[in-house]
Formats: sequence, structure tokens, C-alpha cells
Amino acid sequence: MIWLVFALVFWGAAWLGNIRLANSAYSKSPAVQIAVPLIFGVTLLVLWEGIVRGLNVSPIILPAPSLVAQTLVNSTDVLWVDLKQTVLKGALRGYVIGASVAFIVAVLIDRSRFLTRGLLPIGNFVAALPIVGIAPILVNWFGFDWQSKAAVVVVMVFFPVLVNTVQGLRETDAMQRDLMRTYAAGYRHTFLKLRLPAAMPFVFNGLKIATTLALIGAIVAEYFGSPTRGMGFRISTGVGSLSIDLVWAEITVAALVGTGFYGIVAWIEKQVTFWHPSQRG
Amino acid sequence: MHVGGQTVRSVVPVITVLAAIVGLWVLAVAPMNIRGALDVAERSGAEIIPKGSVPRRDVSVWRLMLDNTDHIAKGYDLKRPRLPTPQQVWTELWKTTGAMVERGRAWSKRSLIYHGWITLSSTLWGFLLGTSIGVLGAVAITYSRVADMSLMPWAIISQTVPIVALAPMIIVLSNQVGIEERAVPKAIISAYLCYFPVLVGMVKGLRSPAPAQLDLLKTYNASGTQSFLKLRLPASVPYLFTSLKVGIAAALVGTIVGELPTGAISGLGARILIGDQFGNPFAIWSALFTAAILAGVMVTCLDVLQRIVLSRMGMRS
Repeated sequence: MIWLVFALVFWGAAWLGNIRLANSAYSKSPAVQIAVPLIFGVTLLVLWEGIVRGLNVSPIILPAPSLVAQTLVNSTDVLWVDLKQTVLKGALRGYVIGASVAFIVAVLIDRSRFLTRGLLPIGNFVAALPIVGIAPILVNWFGFDWQSKAAVVVVMVFFPVLVNTVQGLRETDAMQRDLMRTYAAGYRHTFLKLRLPAAMPFVFNGLKIATTLALIGAIVAEYFGSPTRGMGFRISTGVGSLSIDLVWAEITVAALVGTGFYGIVAWIEKQVTFWHPSQRG
Repeated sequence: MHVGGQTVRSVVPVITVLAAIVGLWVLAVAPMNIRGALDVAERSGAEIIPKGSVPRRDVSVWRLMLDNTDHIAKGYDLKRPRLPTPQQVWTELWKTTGAMVERGRAWSKRSLIYHGWITLSSTLWGFLLGTSIGVLGAVAITYSRVADMSLMPWAIISQTVPIVALAPMIIVLSNQVGIEERAVPKAIISAYLCYFPVLVGMVKGLRSPAPAQLDLLKTYNASGTQSFLKLRLPASVPYLFTSLKVGIAAALVGTIVGELPTGAISGLGARILIGDQFGNPFAIWSALFTAAILAGVMVTCLDVLQRIVLSRMGMRS
């Protein structure tokens, strides 16, 4: 009971603290910008811990964050093996292959107005479809190991990157292209110096969407068959064997990897498109 | 998806590209199915080079096709092909939808209409839940600095977390809490994927009125509620519809992801799962196409609704 009361009191205190921080004179400073969401996140964890302890929830249903953290530290070797299998082998390779192929195809398509007009609506439509459903088919084609996971990731990543790149390559206006023409720039120079840089914000938008899709694809594909390692494998068997704390540890790793992966791509974007208004703000 | 003037010009290119895709698909069937076709032919007594399916594994499909040209056609009529032909998928689709309606068994457990409806209904519940969370969150974020600063980063982080990892846990949890209904965890998962585009779009929309417009309402002595109802809300409608279209597609993805890893027995995701377990490729492919059709229909409905609402409101879409 004490835990529950403590959690609720902590919640109230954190809330009041956040209100004061957000409305203070320093609300624009970077420290406060980070502190406010951080306090919010910590509050959620404290509430979770308090409810689990206060109401004596069985760890088989919902383990407390402290237990998950303990499992996370104790089973780093297992988690590392799974991370290698799912993220480094499956998701990352598929992401690189899928994104590069999509980029190359987009550049080729872009040379033909006809193809652009035909493929853009189809690509937009396919990008909205539940492509994860092809996971069992590709596992059947490419076997249980990482190749089939990478294949699923390739297909899932392909369309968002393709559509965004094609759209980005059309971003320059006639005035800018005319200027390049007065400089006597050919296709290659116009492409490299004007259209490619102008397309970069769009390309990175596609790449950022694709980071999450890559992890989703790699994990779902493992539900349909995998060697005895991998995050999806561990999660689906962990649910069956009631080692729920390990499942939550795996989820934590997946969340951290997903956020980190997104963060890295966003950081690269910042370096490449430093000139764009959205990055200067 | 759009039916505006822009799109009429792209009808011919789109149809050409679609035809090219179907053509490539048909061509790909031959190499994909050649091994299966040769196995079938050999069992019925035909001479195959090389003999036996095990030695054939080391030979490339192109070599096999060149050496056994007579048997390539068999690949287009296999019972369990690796890649079914468009014709086979269409036959299966018709068999499990239109043909069942004709026999008056549209709601049979074997009909894709039934499974499509299960998926559709929990998609719509998830969509409703996700949209409400998104809109309420957006209102909170527009009006409260604390909410803006503390919720927004977490909303972004929540979308970088692969939800599929959480899906089995959501189902276990809702089972333990005593919710027997399968639709609830599925709706939660699809709401999780669906709320984010709505939240982002609505925040943008609610903030879209210019300061001059807000000032004007202030000179009218309008209260906060009035300026919300008369200015901010109407101004956000175009943004809302754009993000609803993204959101409903995401909700469908969520529902199917929720059906995949969890041993569900009805719904399109379950059809894919069952087709995989029983080695029935037609079930997988027809369920996939039904999902695609469903997504197309839902987005088109919202698109039409958007046109009607915006023209009634005097805005152009």
C-alpha cells in the first residue's frame, strides 16, 4: 500500500514540478527541454513500479521495471546474441540493401516522366499496405536464417524510400533548373549539384520511416520460423514459457535499438541537410 | 488514389505499370516453380534431367528450365506452388468471396468476407480509439505547454519502438486482466500505430490559424472555447483528413500485425498464419490481396468524405 501511495505522491509532485518548469523563464533552455520529458518518463516508470508492488501483481503478468532491469543486466549475453541475429544480420542488411535499391530505382525512374507518373500512385498505395503479411511467404522462399528476415525488410523498406526519393527529385522548380541550364550544366551536373541535394530532406524522411519498418519486419519474420536465437524468437517462446521478465528485457532492447537507429539516421540527416529551414530553426 | 485532374493524366501510365508488374509476376512463376513442376512431372513418370529432386537442388533454375523446356508449363498449374500465378490467386479470391455469396454462405468461416469483416471491425475500433487519443492529445498539446514539452518527445519515441515486440505482451496482459475478446488487444495495437499521424496532423492543424486571425477573435471578445470551435477546429479539418487517411492504413497494418503472431483464428492475419502452417499458399496470397483491397477501399472512402466535407465547408481540397 505504501508503494501505491508513494507512486501517486511522486506523480503529483512530478506533475507540479513539470508545470513550474514549463512555465518558468527558463522553459526555452535546452536543460529544461530535456528535463521535462525525462521527468514525465521517470514518472511513468515509478507509477508502473508502484502499481506492481502495491497491488502485488504477479511477475508472470506484469514484471516491475526493477525486475526487468535486473534481468536485462543478468542476461546480456543472450540479449546480445539476439541483437546480433535480428538487428545486425537481418534488419540492418535488409535496410541497407532495400534503401540502396530503392534509391537507384528512383533515380532511374526519374528520367522518364511516364514511369514517374505510373509508379508514384502505385508506390504510394503499396507503401500504405500491410506488407508484413508477406513474411511467411519470404520465410518459405529464403529459409529460416537471417536471409529471409533481410528479404522481408528489403520489401518493407523499398516503397517508402522509393516514393519519397521520387517525390524529392521533383522538388526543384523551373527557375532553379533554368539557372543550371544557363551555367551550361548537363544532366549529371544538374543532378549532382541541384536536384540530389534538394531531394535529401525527402530521402531522409523515407529513410527515417524505414528504420522502424526494418525492425518490425525483422521481428515479425522471426515469428514464422527462425534459428533458436533472435528477438522475435525469444519473445514468442518467452511468452509461451512464462519468462515474461526476459520478454520485457527484449522489448526494452528493441525499443532502445529502434530509438537509437532513428536517432542515428536523424543525426546524419542533420549533417547532410544543414541548409534546410527545418534544420536551422 | 486521387481522382482529381492530375490523376486522369496518369491513368494510362498507372495501367501500363500495373500491366508490367503482372507480366513480370507471370514470368517469375516459371523459375520460381520449376523445381516443384519437375518433381510432379517425375512422379508421373516423365524423364527429367537430372534425375531425382535431391541432385536437382544443386542445379540452377535456369539450367533446369533449359534442359526441361517441356515441363515449364506445369509450374503454372501446381497445387502448392512457391509462387502462385495471378490467375490462381484470382480464382481463389473469387472462390472465397463472390462464389460463396452466390451460394448464400457469405458469412461462413471459410469465406474471406467473414475474415475481412473481423479484421475491418477491429481496424475501425482501433482507428476510433487512435483518432480520439490523437485528437485529444493534440488539443492538450496546443493549449498546454507542459503537455507539449512532456508528451511530444515520447510520442515520437513511441513510434520508433517496434510495436510487434509488444504485441504478444499486450495480448497476454489483456487475457490476464480478464478480457476474453480477441478484438480488444488487436484494437489497442492498431490504435498505437494510428494515433501518431493524427496527433501530428492535428497539432499542425490547430496551430495553423494565423496570429492575425486569433487577434481578430480576441477583438470580438471571443472566449477560449469559442475561438477553438469557430477558428482552430475548422482550420484543422483539412489536416485532420490527410492524417486520417494515413492513420486508417496504419490501423489496418496494426490489426494484421496483432493477428499474426498470436494464434488468432479469425481475421486476415490469421488466414495468413493458418495458410503458412498448413502449407496453403493460396490462402496467404488471397488474404494479402483482400487486405490490400480493404486498405484501398477505406482510404478511398475517407478521400470521398474529405472532398464532400471540405466543399461543404467552402474549402478546396
